[in-house]
Order: sequence, then structure tokens, then C-alpha cells
Amino acid sequence: MSENRLDLLYSEVEEELRASVRSLLEDKSPPEAVLARVEGDEVLDTALWKELVGIGVAGLPVPEDLGGAGASLRESAVVAEELGRGVAPVPFMGSAVLATAALLEAGDRAEPDLGGLAGGDATAALVVPFASVPGSAFPETVREQGGVLQGAVRGVVDATTADTLVVPAVGEQGPGLYVVPAERARVERVVTLDLTRPLADVVLEGAEGRRVAAGSDAERALRRALVTGAALLSAEQLGVAQWALDATVDYTKTRTQFGRPIGSFQAIKHRLADLWVEISQARAVVRSAASAAAAVHEPGAGAAEAAEAEVHASLTQAFVSGVAVKAAEEALQLHGGIGFTWEHPLHLYLKRAKSDAIALGTADRHRLALSDLVDLPAPTG
Amino acid sequence: MTTAPAGASLDAPALRRRVADFVARNDPQTTDQRDFLAARFDAGLAWVHFPEGEGGLGAPRALQPVVDREFERLGFTPEGREGLVIGLGMAAPTLLAFGTPEQRARYLKPLYTGEEIWCQLFSEPGAGSDLAALGTRAVRDGDAWTVDGQKVWTSLAHRADFAILVARTDPDVPKHKGITYFVCDMAAEGVDVRALRQITGEAEFNEVYLNGVRVPDSQRLGGEGEGWRVAQTTLMNERVSIGGHPEPREGGLIGAVARIWRERPEARTPGLHDALLRLWVEAEAARLTKERLRQQLAVGQPGPEGSAAKFSFSRLNQEISGLELEMLGGEGLTYDDWTFRRPEGVEFAKRSAGFHYLRSKGNSIEGGTSEILRNIIAERVLGLPPEPRVDKDVAWKDLPK
Repeated sequence: MSENRLDLLYSEVEEELRASVRSLLEDKSPPEAVLARVEGDEVLDTALWKELVGIGVAGLPVPEDLGGAGASLRESAVVAEELGRGVAPVPFMGSAVLATAALLEAGDRAEPDLGGLAGGDATAALVVPFASVPGSAFPETVREQGGVLQGAVRGVVDATTADTLVVPAVGEQGPGLYVVPAERARVERVVTLDLTRPLADVVLEGAEGRRVAAGSDAERALRRALVTGAALLSAEQLGVAQWALDATVDYTKTRTQFGRPIGSFQAIKHRLADLWVEISQARAVVRSAASAAAAVHEPGAGAAEAAEAEVHASLTQAFVSGVAVKAAEEALQLHGGIGFTWEHPLHLYLKRAKSDAIALGTADRHRLALSDLVDLPAPTG
Repeated sequence: MTTAPAGASLDAPALRRRVADFVARNDPQTTDQRDFLAARFDAGLAWVHFPEGEGGLGAPRALQPVVDREFERLGFTPEGREGLVIGLGMAAPTLLAFGTPEQRARYLKPLYTGEEIWCQLFSEPGAGSDLAALGTRAVRDGDAWTVDGQKVWTSLAHRADFAILVARTDPDVPKHKGITYFVCDMAAEGVDVRALRQITGEAEFNEVYLNGVRVPDSQRLGGEGEGWRVAQTTLMNERVSIGGHPEPREGGLIGAVARIWRERPEARTPGLHDALLRLWVEAEAARLTKERLRQQLAVGQPGPEGSAAKFSFSRLNQEISGLELEMLGGEGLTYDDWTFRRPEGVEFAKRSAGFHYLRSKGNSIEGGTSEILRNIIAERVLGLPPEPRVDKDVAWKDLPK
């Protein structure tokens, strides 16, 4: 079975990519710097994004002849891990993952748009709510008539700075995927729980769009983009969890109460050991989801690989969401009072972890999806 | 440890050729298993990292799976080796590290062929997680030792020919310093093995009473008072074994529970459905973690995750078996057999849900309690400081008991 062939390790190339992303973030965007940004006019750090684009993170899964790196979603997952570890305010998830995946799946007519995204000249947003559940029905909130789009979509990720909008809409000929220049839409930033990831309501009032996929092609492109997004979001969640554990282990080694480092108390040790075990498991699950997502694009892949990628995406979301939230919550509790202050960056991670647990389907939604995918049917009647 | 110069240059293709040559000379189909294994030992293909003449070739340890897989591929996987876990897994590596040439020559080969069975006399009623507190006494008497005490949770003691034994030889020094490690002949006078019945109704384990047992000093492993260090080698080898093959999805107990769910629509309720899906996800995560560890070992990069595998599986088995009983409803009120028996190993798959539930309660106690494993992860993996100790600098005889 294909599930047994998944490579769960990190390659040397992936470790090198991780090291360069990490050192860039440590240098240009440490958690304290992110904290300083979040109350400014624009949380997304375009200067940081340009630097990340410089090391190739924008177009990892995009083929080289379209201006990308010709790598795979496994490499994208490593980048997502590091960006999660740094709660980096960059449009990676919205543009380089979701919108790019949708355009890649859309086929030839989307190719001109991909080059700009991969090269970092532009960013894009996939105009669906960030809480969309992969596998759910094609959204009908935006209507198309004569190439003109009408409708409003709430809670779109990374739309505030996007140059291009990728809009699923339904017209007389059924579902379609449209590319719309962002200046033709009204993009209204909303106040978000996650301070480091902007969401916006996107209002289309007669905006002209170019259709890049139609009918079942559009449905498949959107479905696969959301599945890919769910898999890669879990990599980000792993990074968030790992930061929370590392920061807490460091803190409990140095924080002294009752004449001892608090990390010497079993009441604390056992909680951190449990967390380490869960994060180790999360790493295996995330790696398998990334490999399964990448396998869909390998030569000779077909329906079996696509189905397996859906199982892995739901599995990883069902498992890792809880781990990341628990890691952030435990980190806050074990930091004590300092963890509850605004000045400590820990709350950025808690807010990211809880928001990520809701984005692209809650754990419960994904368990329900698995119930169909692996034949463990719900009770009837 | 001696490493033969020839062995250091061996690589995987060279070992595969040796195995092929060996099988060509010793047809597994027509040779008795014990003779075949004896010949394999003599050819250095038992444990390739052991020295030449002692079952190995002085090759890197990482190459052993290559040899095992090759024998398997050519149609020879030894059978009926369940009773040899202590000998193969614990006694052999300890003999390799601390045994004299005479001891290794005497014990290793029959241990490998299965001619002699081993057990482990470590735990005591008063020394479980705190093994170093053990109170079984060994007193010097000329060129031998006289041993008195009680051991417990000894699997295989009723079948074993030899035991690895730790006993207190000096009660006047702190507990870790007064222990000595021996090989004990289980047929010696004064060794009394009694079955220990467990909550499942059967007895996998024994209590072993040692009453004036004479152990020759030539059967001491390591120096007098060095027993704790020797035992560390033994215990390092007591961990979840990671097989050479990936485990399939639903390969464990979760598969049995998933089948019940699929076959019995009448058993389905929303609460059980939610519990089943949560455990299915956790079982799959644990399986993939084990698979990742297997892949790490295959490329020679073992991770610390190994210490967590047993810990995760014990909790999962307990929760899944509890769900299995509930899912069965009325049938969950029954039990297959309370007869007091001596099973050969754990016949998990053949037994009823009630047995699964009860037997898995032992998983979080045997081979290191979950609480001790958490301490190990916290201190050795995460590097958290140890708890202050009150027992390190006190003579064993003065410790509260």
C-alpha cells in the first residue's frame, strides 16, 4: 500500500532550507519584533517576505519552467514549520500555499499568474473563509454572470496585502475559479484573535474576473488546494508547538521557587514529558501528511494517491491541532504570571495555535471526514 | 570489546553474500533448526557485531538487520524463539560487555541456539521502580557466594536454565555501590520457583525464592560492587523492539475494534463513535511515530523517540481495550477463561475483550512504569534538573524500608 512508502524523515536539503529560514527569522523577526508589529497599521511584514522570497520559499512546489523552485510540498512543509516557530507575519499560507495550490491545480490558464507568485513580485489570496472545511460543497457566496463577480466572503487569509484574488464563484455554467486583480475588490480588514495573521472580508461588487478553471476542474482545484492547505497548516502547528515546548523547558530550568528550579518538580516534569511525546508523534504525522500531499504530484500518481492525501490531511489536522493548542496552553500555565502578560510573546503563540485549530476545519470536522474516508460510519437513525 | 580488522571492512553486500554462501552450505529445509543456528553462530552470523568466535564478525551493529532480513528472504526465520527474549535481548549483550572469555564461551552459543533458556532475577517486592534498593543478600563464602532473598515478576523462571541476578554484597555503602551481578544456575539447590497469578486469571510470571543458594564466584559478571553499572547495560536493551517491517494501518488492537464497529451497526452510538475516531487517530499517530523511528534506525540515526514508544502504546492499549468492552455491550459482561494456567507468552490476539482490558493494565507497569518513563524523558531528553535525592549518600542498611 502506498501509505507504507511515505518518507517520514527530513532530507539534507530540507534541513538546509530549515536552517536558512530559521536564521533569517532569528535575525530579522524574533518574537519580540513580531510583538512590536502587531498593533501597527499592517501586521504583514513585506520586507521580511521579500527576504524569504529571496531564499526561494514563495514558489517551492511550482515547476521550474513556470518560474518556481520545482521542489515539493515536503519542502513547503518544512518552511511552514519554521514560520510557525517564529509566528512570522508573512503571507505564506494564503499566497504560497492556498492560492498557489489552487492555481497549480487549475491548469494551463493559470500559468501566467503562477510565475509572478513564485518570483515574489506579487502575492495572492484564495477567496474562501479561512475556516473552510476541505471536502465541503463548492461555495456559492460569490455569483458570476458574464465574467463579472458579485458577493462577499468573510475571513479570507492574507488578503490585506494580496495583489491577486483567486475567487471560487458559481455562474450559469456552474462552478468556476476566477482570477481578479485585488484593486477591483473591496478588502476590509477584520480584528482577529490571531494577532499575527490578518483576515479580511472581501467584497466583490461587479468585479471583472478571468476564469482559469470551470466545472469539475474548478471543484477539484479548490478541494485539493484546501486539502494541501490542511496538511501544510499542521506543519505550521507543529512549529508553534515546538516553540512552546522549547521556551517552557528553558524557562522551567531557570525559574527558581522554593529554592529549586521549578523544572525539577515532577508535577512540571511529567507535563513536559507528555508534551514532548505528543510533539514527537505530531512530527511523524505531519511528515506523513506532507509526503502524502507531495505524492499526489509525483509521476504516475492517481486517484489512490489523492485519496490517501485526504486521509493524511484529516488525520494530521485531527491530531496536531490539539497538540499545538495544548502546547501553547501548557506553556502559558507553566510560565505562570509572566506568561499572562502582553509583554511576553507567548500569547502570540496561544492565539495562533487556537486560530489554527479552527482554520481549515476543526479537529472534530476532520474526525468526521475520516469517518467517511476510512469506513467508520456514524450511527444512523 | 575486540573488533576484528576483517569485520570493520564488512558492508551490507558482503554480508548478504556470506548469508547466501552459508545457506547454500546449510539447507534450512533439511537441517534441524538448532543445528542450523549452531552453524550460523559458528559462522559469525548470529550477532555480527560480536567478536569472531563468539557468534559475530566484529562488524558494525547497524548491519545486523541486513543479516536478519537476508535470512528471512532466503526462507529461514527461526521459530519458537519467544522464550528466549531475556537471553537474547538482555543476557547476551551483558555477557558481551562484562563477561570473561570463559563465561562467553560457556553461555553464548546455547543461549543463541535456544538450548538454554534465561530469566532475569531483578525486581523484588521492596524494589520495583527503585531497583537499586534491592535487598537480596549475597555473602562471600570461600570461592562462592551464598544468596538469600526473594525476587518477583520473573517471566520464564519456571522454564529457565540460568538467570541474570543482582544481589546486595555490601549493605554498608550507599545502595548503588553495594550491588554485584551474577549468573545463577536455576537448577541449584535452594532456588524455589512459584507461579504468580495475575488479574487475568493466569500466571505469566513467577516469584523466585532464593534460600542459601550457592553461586560460584566464577559466575560473577563484572567486579564486586559493580553490579549497578552492569545492570544498566542489561536494562538499556529492554525496550520496545522495532521490527524490520512497517506495521500496516489498523495493525494493532484498534483494528479489532474498528472491525467490531463495521460489523455491528446496532452497537453504534454517537459517544462511542467519537471515542473510536479519537482513538483511531491516536493509534495512527503512534503507528506513524514507530514507523518514523524505524526509518531513523534504518539510516543509522536512532532518535530519543524510542523511549516514548512503549509509554504511548501502553496508554493507547488501555483506552482502546476499554472501548472494545463497551462496544460489545452485553457480550462485554462475559470473560473467556479464568482458569489458572501457564501461558507461553502473551496470546493477546486469541483472547477475549475482557482479557485485552485486564492484560493491558500491566503495560504501564512492566518494563518501567509510565511515571518513571516520564522522569527519564524529562531528565535525559529535555534535560530538566533531577529531583533532590535523600538516598544517594546513605548506607543501604540505614535507608527506610
